[in-house]
Amino acid sequence: MVQETPAPAEDPPIHILWINAGLSCDGDSVSLTAAMQPSIEEIVTGALPGLPKIAVHWPLIDFECGPVGGADTFIEWFFKGERGEIDPFVLVVEGSIPNEKIKPEGYWCGFGDNPETGQPITTSEWIDRLAPKALAVVAIGTCATYGGIHAMEGNPTGAMGLPDYLGWDWTSKAGIPIVCVPGCPIQPDNFSETLTYLLYQAAGSAPMIPLDDKLRPTWLFGQTVHEGCDRAGYYEQGQFAKTYDSPKCLVKLGCWGPVVKCNVPKRGWMAGIGGCPNVGGICIACTMPGFPDKFMPFMDEPPGAKLSSKASGAYGAVVRRLRSVTGHTVDQEPKWRHTGEKLTTGYRPPW
Amino acid sequence: MAPKTQPAGDGSGLVEMAWDPITRIVGSLGIHTKIDFKQKRVAECYSTSSVFRGYSVFMRGKDPRDAHFITSRICGICGDNHATCSVYAQNMAYGVKPPPLGDWIINLGESAEYMFDHNIFQENLVGVDYCEKMVRETNPGVLELAERTPAPHAGEHGYKTIADIMRSLNPIEGEFYREALQVSRYTREMFCLMEGRHVHPSTLYPGGVGTIGSVQLFTDYMTRLMRYVEFMKRVVPLHDDLFDFFYEALPGYEEVGRRRVLLGCWGALNDPEHCDYTYANMTDWGRKMFVTPGVVVDGKLVTTDLTEINLGIRILLGSSYYDDWQGQEQFVTHDPLGNPVDPRHPWNQHTIPAPQKRNFDDKYSWVMSPRWFDGKDHLALDTGGGPIARLWATALAGLVDVGYVQATGHSVVINLPRTMTKPETRFEWKIPKWSNALERNRARTYFQAYSAAIALHCAEKGLAEVRAGRTQTWEKFEVPDEAVGVGFTEAVRGVLSHHMVIRDGKIANYHPYPPTPWNASTRDTYGTPGPYEDAVQNTPIFEENTPENFKGIDIMRAVRSFDPCLPCGVHMYVGGGKTVKTMHVPTGLSGLGG
Repeated sequence: MVQETPAPAEDPPIHILWINAGLSCDGDSVSLTAAMQPSIEEIVTGALPGLPKIAVHWPLIDFECGPVGGADTFIEWFFKGERGEIDPFVLVVEGSIPNEKIKPEGYWCGFGDNPETGQPITTSEWIDRLAPKALAVVAIGTCATYGGIHAMEGNPTGAMGLPDYLGWDWTSKAGIPIVCVPGCPIQPDNFSETLTYLLYQAAGSAPMIPLDDKLRPTWLFGQTVHEGCDRAGYYEQGQFAKTYDSPKCLVKLGCWGPVVKCNVPKRGWMAGIGGCPNVGGICIACTMPGFPDKFMPFMDEPPGAKLSSKASGAYGAVVRRLRSVTGHTVDQEPKWRHTGEKLTTGYRPPW
Repeated sequence: MAPKTQPAGDGSGLVEMAWDPITRIVGSLGIHTKIDFKQKRVAECYSTSSVFRGYSVFMRGKDPRDAHFITSRICGICGDNHATCSVYAQNMAYGVKPPPLGDWIINLGESAEYMFDHNIFQENLVGVDYCEKMVRETNPGVLELAERTPAPHAGEHGYKTIADIMRSLNPIEGEFYREALQVSRYTREMFCLMEGRHVHPSTLYPGGVGTIGSVQLFTDYMTRLMRYVEFMKRVVPLHDDLFDFFYEALPGYEEVGRRRVLLGCWGALNDPEHCDYTYANMTDWGRKMFVTPGVVVDGKLVTTDLTEINLGIRILLGSSYYDDWQGQEQFVTHDPLGNPVDPRHPWNQHTIPAPQKRNFDDKYSWVMSPRWFDGKDHLALDTGGGPIARLWATALAGLVDVGYVQATGHSVVINLPRTMTKPETRFEWKIPKWSNALERNRARTYFQAYSAAIALHCAEKGLAEVRAGRTQTWEKFEVPDEAVGVGFTEAVRGVLSHHMVIRDGKIANYHPYPPTPWNASTRDTYGTPGPYEDAVQNTPIFEENTPENFKGIDIMRAVRSFDPCLPCGVHMYVGGGKTVKTMHVPTGLSGLGG
């Protein structure tokens, strides 16, 4: 067995520069540590065949902690990226991008300091500096992809997603569009799998990552919540929960699953456990560009659900009655299973 | 006697240093210091946060039932604490008491959050400050001693020497580091069983939960919990060995990150047999919590009364980028019991952002300065990262007694039952001599065992409900036109309060106060420094490196002991304006790939 080498050994590692200082909660960073398919330690150690060597600069768990300009400075990697000293690198952005132009001075969010002025370097300035030099730019979480919670109506910061900031048709110097992995937070394996795909693509062993028109990986975000929800059977039978602790379909209590692109009920949250409507939590559409405003108040029935649940209520009652008849039949064993002297299975014994 | 802060003097011989962003914490926090290398101590420290999002601004006018979904997004490692706290505040405002099973399920979810979060932070974030690689690069002499020092509890945890423990904590390569990552995963599975998903729950609602209370739910949780109980029987002695060694190896290390004992704890994990979520009875049901609320000043328990705690909260400005709201409309003049409420109380706060340049002599952070007014002083309470304050308040109050956990008045006893390969085990957390970095870290490990023990109790109670057929987990409610609510809980990192005002059926005012604003707060209107500032200012330097190779590990240990929840930055110029530019070869996650 000869293993195919992804690239000559003297190739530089692919650096991953991770900026968590958008308007974020770090929930996507934390969520990634839960991934098991693959796990962060498997990605970092190249435990999957054909993965290129990587060097991760990730605030959440980075070893480096030295002072600015001194020994082991974390932020120095970002300056190196800007100076073109590390190539290739993938830029990961976490958190919404605020609009820094709407105020006379100061900053909504910063990441590291400008050595000239001593003032924080804004996150959007980092994006301006690094995005043109990156092999690929990845937006992690609904904030970075579309603006998310922090871009809610009435927000003071003018927050937006990375495609809003850079342009929806922006492509990297390698011709890769912005890769958006939405979720609040991201489903752990959804992100680790996307990152792995990009590394395989960088190593030359995978074609261009397939993305939809909202820049989401198609194999993860091609179906709706409802299409993968195990409570859809109740919907079909017109059985809707009236209280949140019911095992039935939650669509009349605020679940937006039928129109939301997300794989959580199908995939589970982690290790196949947990989720949203499949375990009693209404879908609040946290993976969608319209989140949160188009889905609030969350605990009210979605307007579209009123009509379709009426329809399903009507034919669902018929379906349910027919099923209960059949159900009663298939709950009985065939009559040839019994004790006694006589065989009644239809077999003719030769003795 | 509290250590005194020294002024920086005329600045001669002091070195300015900045860490920005500080890694291995959550969020955005900055620390700006002046270090006196001659005296080997930190002379001055400023804590600064560089991210503003504006929850209190954009929540106004929204449906109150959205509050827990929205506020969960405040934090990506303890968002469920916010969702829980918000649900508590909503329960009060709507006048709804969830069915007991609903409360037991929330307690089990929140216990799992403590078990997960403290574990990942202790072993994968803060643990790296004590790993072999870090100690080799900062105190080679200490590592040499660790190689020669047998671990007293080797029989319990399996590591022969202290250096073996340190090696096991090396990032990715360390065996225990990798095991802890796995533990952080199955504890999150436990969490997801109860609250749907991590870190922003899907099954939490005002009035209870959407989780289906079944035998299977409890089986799945219990089997994982018992694995964790067995794990903790190794981890408590492991960390005792490691932290005790630092006192021995570096005499005087108790001063690192030390500050006056000023601890706040708002209580956690309600007992549904007593808690009705009314403000009127809050003092009583607060004392029935499985973590007792309390304020500890200089070793004395000042109060365990949540009503008194509530009325004492003040939000001061001084060094933060906000305009004051003095003279603006007061939403709540009196609490539901008729007590006057201060204009600087969160119920009456207005958040008016005023972005501006950072100036360490004036305004330098997006964090405000929460203080607790004891009738005389505005105390800059800290949480010590959460566990030390929780254990301290609970120990002194002596109210918790559930068999698995007993508060004695001077300690907390944790009784863990037999597990697959280990016998019954008893741990006792005794009130330490100091509120410092090492004791904050030690308390974190003990609190992991505490959480597991309380979870055993809650699981038994919850399963008893299921077996009795009382499987309802959610109760109907109506949103009133006018109401106030407050939620108190302990987030992982400490005190958490949510104050909500409802008018015309909508949110008129909503102010969450997580632990980090208390810990990372800035100098207030009275000039009192915040806890990080205060604790770092008292920190001596034990690192063996010269200023050129200086990492500031002692400062990092002081800051990380509080388990910060925002990015941290501090500036570095060598005295005389010369900037140090020495760079080290990268380690950690770099260059480990095949």
